Amino acid sequence: MPKIHDVDQLNTLHLDVLREIGNIGSGNATTALAKLINKKIDMGVPKVNVLEFKHVADLLGGADTEVIGILFNLSGDITGMMMFVLDQRSVRILVNLLMGREVHDDEAFTDLDLSALQEIGNILAGSYLSSLASLTNLKIAPSIPYMAQDMAGAILSVPAIEFGKIGDKALFIETEFIEGHDQVSGYFILIPEMTSFNKILNALGVWS
Amino acid sequence: MDQKMMIKVGMADLNTSKYPGVLTTLGLGSCVGITLYDPIEKIGGLAHVMLPDSTQIRDNQNKAKFADTGTIQLVEEMTKIGAKKNRLVAKLAGGAQMFAFQQTNDLMRIGERNVLATKKILGELGIPIVAEDTGANYGRTIELHTHNGVLLIKTIGKGIKEI
Repeated sequence: MPKIHDVDQLNTLHLDVLREIGNIGSGNATTALAKLINKKIDMGVPKVNVLEFKHVADLLGGADTEVIGILFNLSGDITGMMMFVLDQRSVRILVNLLMGREVHDDEAFTDLDLSALQEIGNILAGSYLSSLASLTNLKIAPSIPYMAQDMAGAILSVPAIEFGKIGDKALFIETEFIEGHDQVSGYFILIPEMTSFNKILNALGVWS
Repeated sequence: MDQKMMIKVGMADLNTSKYPGVLTTLGLGSCVGITLYDPIEKIGGLAHVMLPDSTQIRDNQNKAKFADTGTIQLVEEMTKIGAKKNRLVAKLAGGAQMFAFQQTNDLMRIGERNVLATKKILGELGIPIVAEDTGANYGRTIELHTHNGVLLIKTIGKGIKEI
């Protein structure tokens, strides 16, 4: 069985498989979110971004764009990180929808708002990962959610550093979602570690 | 500020500039922004390093990725355009722990290790650290102004400061 040691070794077929994983995972997570807020949500075509580090920070609309990131460490057969990223405005709309009230953009989030948001993150990551687990028959266990509200570049530096330990490029499986009227938009990002690529590709019979 | 004078430095990247250039890096998280400045020639340099130690990593082609090799290369690039090594002064920013889990064990405290490694190499090179804004749990956007060596640090919700 061939082994992938570096992001650069992934060929078109491998990238297609990873894109399909993003499709299935974020499809499930989008459905879960739609049910949660009782709104129709559209999902973009998943992108497999293979980026040099100097371009990583541009991924979410610019390195100094303020975003809220909810991060999960993954353990089990597939290791790495899963992130759920939203801009300020989308978080405001989501929290208002969940809490059934109207709060304006200039007010800070309360602890309860942020705790509700973490719970949304939990549910969405759970549905993304469980579909992935049943597809591949591999175990994936997410950690508790960790949240940071800061610059996109600063948040993305955390997974980027993990890739930095093994190579000069990072791979992000990224799906954008958007809710039509109020325009809640954000990203699901799966960031598998290099050893997990081999397990995923093997489990899906790419090398058989 | 004239945008043309702004020189952007990405993650795992470095650059230098003579007066009147302004070197900037956006959204520093656990990475460290190492800035060096020669006040006589008004030459600045900025490296955005991700990891502490190139000797611990097999794939270490990109020197700007590491605190040790990145600092050495930054000094070389600056002396090429006229800076004198014995006049250089350093200012540091970044090295934050963006997520709480990064505090749980030593291996994950990458921001802190990046700062320590940077101080070690600057000490070996005999370059004094005149100011720093490192650690804590928030991101920083920094600008090194070559006309006076001021390092401007912008944050979200934690204000703007000059060091």
